Formats: sequence, C-alpha cells, structure tokens
Amino acid sequence: MASTDADYAVWLRGIEKQFPGVIACAGADLWVRPGTIHALLGENGAGKTTMVSVLSGVYRPDGGEVWVNGQRRFFQSPADAIAAGVGMVYQEFRLVPTLTVAENIVLGAAPGLLRSAEIEERVAELSAAYGMAADPTRPVWQLSMGERQRVEILKALWRNASVLVMDEPTAVLTPGEAAELGLTLKAMAEDGRSIIYISHKLDQVVAFCDEATVLRQGKTVATVDDLDDVDLSSLAEMMVGSSGGGYVQRPPALEAGPEVLALQGISALNDRGLPALADINMTIHSGEIVGIVGVSGNGQKELAEVVTGLRQPSQGRVTFKEQDVTEASPADRYRLGLAYVPEDRIGVGLAPKMSVVDNAVVRSYRSQRRGLMLVMAKCVQFCQDLVERFGVRAGRLHDPVAGLSGGNLQRLLLGRELAEQPAVLVAAQPTRGLDVQGVAAIQSHLADQRADGVGILLISEDLDELLALSDRLLVMFEGRVVAEYGPDVTPRTVIGEAMAGQVRA
Amino acid sequence: MSEAALIGLFVATVQFGTLVFLAALGELIAERAGVLNLGVEGMMTMGAVSGFMVGLETGSPWAAFFAAAAVGSLVGGFHALVSVVLGADQVVSGLALTIGGLGLAAYVGRNVVGERPETQFTDLGIAGLADIPWIGEIFFDQPPVVYLTVLLGLAVWFVLARTRLGLAIRAVGESAATTDTAGHSVMALRSVAVMVGGAFAGAAGSFLSLYMAPGWTEGMVAGRGWIAVALVIFGAWRPGRLALGALLFGFTLALQPRLQTFDIEVLGLDVSSISPALLGVLPFVLTVVVLVIISWRHRHRPSVAPAALGLPYRREER
Repeated sequence: MASTDADYAVWLRGIEKQFPGVIACAGADLWVRPGTIHALLGENGAGKTTMVSVLSGVYRPDGGEVWVNGQRRFFQSPADAIAAGVGMVYQEFRLVPTLTVAENIVLGAAPGLLRSAEIEERVAELSAAYGMAADPTRPVWQLSMGERQRVEILKALWRNASVLVMDEPTAVLTPGEAAELGLTLKAMAEDGRSIIYISHKLDQVVAFCDEATVLRQGKTVATVDDLDDVDLSSLAEMMVGSSGGGYVQRPPALEAGPEVLALQGISALNDRGLPALADINMTIHSGEIVGIVGVSGNGQKELAEVVTGLRQPSQGRVTFKEQDVTEASPADRYRLGLAYVPEDRIGVGLAPKMSVVDNAVVRSYRSQRRGLMLVMAKCVQFCQDLVERFGVRAGRLHDPVAGLSGGNLQRLLLGRELAEQPAVLVAAQPTRGLDVQGVAAIQSHLADQRADGVGILLISEDLDELLALSDRLLVMFEGRVVAEYGPDVTPRTVIGEAMAGQVRA
Repeated sequence: MSEAALIGLFVATVQFGTLVFLAALGELIAERAGVLNLGVEGMMTMGAVSGFMVGLETGSPWAAFFAAAAVGSLVGGFHALVSVVLGADQVVSGLALTIGGLGLAAYVGRNVVGERPETQFTDLGIAGLADIPWIGEIFFDQPPVVYLTVLLGLAVWFVLARTRLGLAIRAVGESAATTDTAGHSVMALRSVAVMVGGAFAGAAGSFLSLYMAPGWTEGMVAGRGWIAVALVIFGAWRPGRLALGALLFGFTLALQPRLQTFDIEVLGLDVSSISPALLGVLPFVLTVVVLVIISWRHRHRPSVAPAALGLPYRREER
C-alpha cells in the first residue's frame, strides 16, 4: 500500500476504539480518494461516528493508524486535525447560539484583533462563492437548521479544509435544503476537496455520493468504488447483513373506536412568541393512527406539546376521554393515559446521566413504591421486563443511558411510555435516525398498539412511514391543517403539493 | 447634613465601587469563560493579608498591590486545577476556596494584626480636573488604584469584544465542545480566565488593606466578595453594566456606616433610624430583582448568563 498512500485524502487503517462496555470500532478501515464524495454507511452503533471522531481528533484511537493527504497523523486534539485540513460538521451542530454567524465561522481561526466589518465582508464573500446565503451579522439562535448547517460548512471552508466530514447532514433539513446541500457538496468536490458523508438515507447517498464504505459492528464489511454500479436494496443488505427490514406491512383496516382525543380551535405561539398553530381541529379515535405530515417547522412540534400539556394554547380546547384537559398538567394527562415519545429522545425523553433503571421507572414509579420508598428490586424487575419485551440492548442496567445507541434509546423510551397501557400515544419522529432494524421494530410496536386500541398521533417527516401506517393523514402547513387524506392511496405528488401549501380542491 | 459629609459619601462611593468593581471584573472574566468561582471572598482576603504584609516589608504600595494580585492568581489557580483540569464541582471548590482562604489568611496574618503601614497609596489629583467643584473631588482626586481599575474595565471590555482571545473566552463560556472542536484549548482558556480573575480579586483585597482600611484584621473583607459575585449577575455579565452596578452597590456600602449620622428625613422617615444591617441586604435584593427582570425580558431569547456556566468539560464523554 505504501506507494499508493499519497493517492488517498484519508486513510484510516485498522481503527480500534472502546468505551466502557461498548466496542465502537474493532479494526475498521476507510479509504477516501481526493475530490470524491464518500458515503460512510452502517446501522446505529456500527461505529461511523466513532470513526470520524478519530479522524477529527475528538477521540484518540486505542489502535490503528490515521493518514491524511499521505501523511501519518497522531491527533491529540481537534486543533491538530483542523491544522491537517480536516473539517467536521457534527450531527449536533457545534455552534454558539449567542454569537453571530461571522463570529462562529472565525472562532478558532480569527485574526488577533477582530475588525467586525472586515470579517463580515470576508465571510459574505466566502458564502457567495459557494452559493450559500448566510447573513454574517445575525446571531445563530435566530437561524433555521438549514442555515445553521451552512454556517458549519462555511466554518470548515474558512479554514480551507481539504477533507470535510458530514455526520447525518440531511437529518435536520427539508427536502429542498437537502437538494441544495447536494449541489454545494458537488461544487466542493470539484474543487478537489474530499467529503465523507454519513447518512441513513440511502436514496440520497446514491444521488450525492461517488463511493461508499459500509461498516457493521465496528468493522468494514464492504467498499464500493462506484455507487452507480449498485442499487439501493443491495446497499441496505450490506448494512444489515441480511435482506429485509424496511416498512412493516400495512395493518388491516379496523372499525374506528370511540373518540379519545379532540382539539377544537387550537392556536398557540412558539418559543419566540410568534404564531405557530392556527385554529387546529382534529380528533383521534381509539385504535387509529393519525399521521401528521409537513416540512419541519410548520407547527408539528408545537402541536405535540399542546396535546401533551407542555405548551399552553392561546385559544381553543383539548378534550381527552371526554374531559376538558386544556389546563391539565403533563403529569395529570399522563395519569389519564396520554403517553408521549418526544422528538428529543435525550433531554426531553430520557435523562442522559441517569441509569437505564431510573429512566425506565421515572414515569410510572407509583407501581414500584412502598410508602414513600421505591423498592429497588421491583424497579429492576420492571426495567428488566421492559428491556426484554422491547429488545433494548442495554449493557448493564445501572449504567447511564447516554452510552446507548439511538435505536436502543428509542426502544427504551417507547417501552416506558407504553408500560401503563395508555389510551393515546403521541409519537414525534419516532424512527428518525434509526437503523433499518430499529425502524422496523418501532413501526411494528406502533401497529401492535393500534390493534390493541390505542389512538396514536404520529408526527413524522418520513412520508413512506406515514403512508404505510396511518389511517388518516393530516398535512400541516404554516400552523394549519391544510389537507386530510383517508386510508386510500393518495399520489405522493398531491401530498407533496399540500406540504408546500398548494392544496388541490 | 454638611456639604463636606455629602462629598465624603460620594468619595467613599467611588472607592467602594472600585473595590467591588475590580473583584467583580475578575469574576466576570471567569464566568464568561464558563467557570463559576464562589471563592472571591477567600481570594480577596488572601490578597488583603498578603498585600498588607508585603507593604509592611517593602514600604512600597505598588509592590504590595502586585504581590496581592499574584497571590490572588495562585489561589484562583487552585480553583482552576480542581474544577477545570480535574473537572470537580465548581460550587464545592469555590466554597472551599472562600472557607479555606479566610482560615489561611487568619493564620498567615496572625503576627501583623494591629500594625500600621508606613506608606500607602496617596491620592492622585488629575491636573485641571481635580479642581472642579464637587466632581473633581469625587472623581479626579482619588488613589491611583481607582484610575487603574477604570482602565482595566475598559481593557476587559476591549479584549472580550474585539479580540480573538475574547471571542474564544465568550465561546467557551457558551459551549465548551464547540470551542474545543474549533481548535481552542478549553482547559487553557478557562484556567487563564480563572487565574486572571483571581489576580483581580487579590488586588481588590489589597486596595482594602492598603488604602481603604489600612491594616489587617480577620474578616475585614466582610462579605464584599459575595457582593462582587452578586454584582456580576446584576451587571448581566457585561463590563459596562457592571460599572453602573458597582457605583450603585458602592453607594449602599458607603452609606452603611454613615447612615446613622445623617440628620435628614425622607418621606417623613428619619433616615438615621434605619438599621445599617438592612442596607447591607440591599445589593442582594437588587440583584434578585434584576435577575427576574432580565429573565423575563429574555424569555424568548437565549439567557444572558453564559450557557456553559458551571459545567465541567471532558472531551471524550459520550
């Protein structure tokens, strides 16, 4: 290999990395040629993020070699990796919300004295050169997710990175923004830069990327030199190691049960005090999945919060099991039988530093207590049952949940919410970012709950998922429900137009 | 009340304002970098005793002042080691600094209690300005430490707002992971900020023992370190507002010992009958009021407090 080392922009050889109780990488390899967009594929926990964290100097590998542009590197810190030309766009953006766009871009690579006007002008020039609109004077907390991502890319370009790593870049983007990102990345590759692109969305990988590496359980199991030669299903097969996965069978139509949840004339404001929901009317019956579709940021999050009691509506009424719960607290609603799988698994859904057991019992501890005390044995038993029933791969139950992969976190969260047999489940993006098996598991749990008579409000950005699972599909646009479709097949183009606010009569 | 007494009140206001401003400015630097240091009282006390002792030994108030800054910075360095490098709880470490600092200062200074310094800072009248009636005496005929503190305030504002270092400090106080991945050393930035903050607190302590109340007695800082901590919140972590707050807090501190000598009535209430102890509560009450107001005004925006304040950072934590 020695003679061809220089041909690679990045060569990660036999990378090993262990965390307490988890082997993240067990001798994985990655080769990336200059001027290409390279897809790094694998299920959750396959080691993708660990690999790129080694490349960006965040993790030091336990074993293996890191070569960048033909030179062996021993990164001690992210600063070393930046100096070697590696730029990283993290899944959770590394931006300071209170600083401006320009300040975020130059952070770490600024001149000693900051002349704001001059820096802002240079940032504007850079963003114009790659067709990425970004107002350098605005504070980052005011930006949309797509704009924030542009700031992250500009940050790497400001340092003139020759290798750009993107971890799940389209997870937070609208379809339009994702397509724009594809063009930006192509332009950067034509400049001779290399891009490592981590994604679960195989159709995008095929559309954007030139070559691919597939990881499974911390090892490299396949490399694809030309993505034009393979199809989606064979890529999926390489990732899971067996064919299958995908979406569950559409559950048979059921006789709709009694109405369990109703919203009447609901309006609400968002965190910034601007209108987010306007005159929402909807009902959910027992044994029914109501899907909510829309480009993210059209009121879906606020809708879930109003239903679960985390946000007070400015107008309207929420009725649950024929009771007016508009003023009821989230805890009261949970006691009545309203369960919630929030969009933010870590933080809102689970407490990252608490153990698996504590997170499992935090909602329904009433059944594990004696007087004022919690009975630890009962808690562990409850957690053990939950872990087995929902197939959570959790390691030790007393370890913090922060060490679990996304799919296992979601299984744990869903299991906890379903433990007390709720009447209604609100699930926000329950399968986002999960691997194929995780998606299938979560979807089949949802279908089972529906068959057991639970009314489900399913908020998702995955149209295929919604089409497969929903009894009714509501389209949200700018805080309103602009269209409703029944279980009969509706052309995707019609739904797509409704998502863009163009409703056909 | 005589004119002289009133001018005396305002002269003392500026000096007490300087005292708490200098200490709070140091705490502001540390907190903008994301490190809460509740050891200000301890660092000021260590600065007070060491400054006074070096002053006795050398006879030079400037040598004493800078020695106190060095000691304050060392004490701050202990907090940096424990809470920044080793990642221990900042509240616990800071409180330990205050308790330990008070005790250590009492031990170190046990033989100099009651001694008088031979020389101390003399008031420095600024030519042309010191002769203005009222204003001149209050603002322009003060010891040099007052002017130096004003310059330090401007310098801190400039560094934070207009330099690469300041940008890095502001960023590390908001998000350590972001600053780390941008290529700055979180540990170096925070340690330096805490040590500079300690130097400011130590210097402030020596201003007390060298000029305002020359001499050394146990417990002489008397809670002004805690007022400095409150002042940082009152000033919403901004140097400019910190200066305004310092004058306000300085006024309450200057008023406290004088209150009972004042023979005036406000709204039919004899001012001299108000307990000075009650006045001592005022800075903390004002701080809470301001905190409530700014929290309300920022309810739809990010908080004014540095977002990473009090959070230790470990790079490889998942």
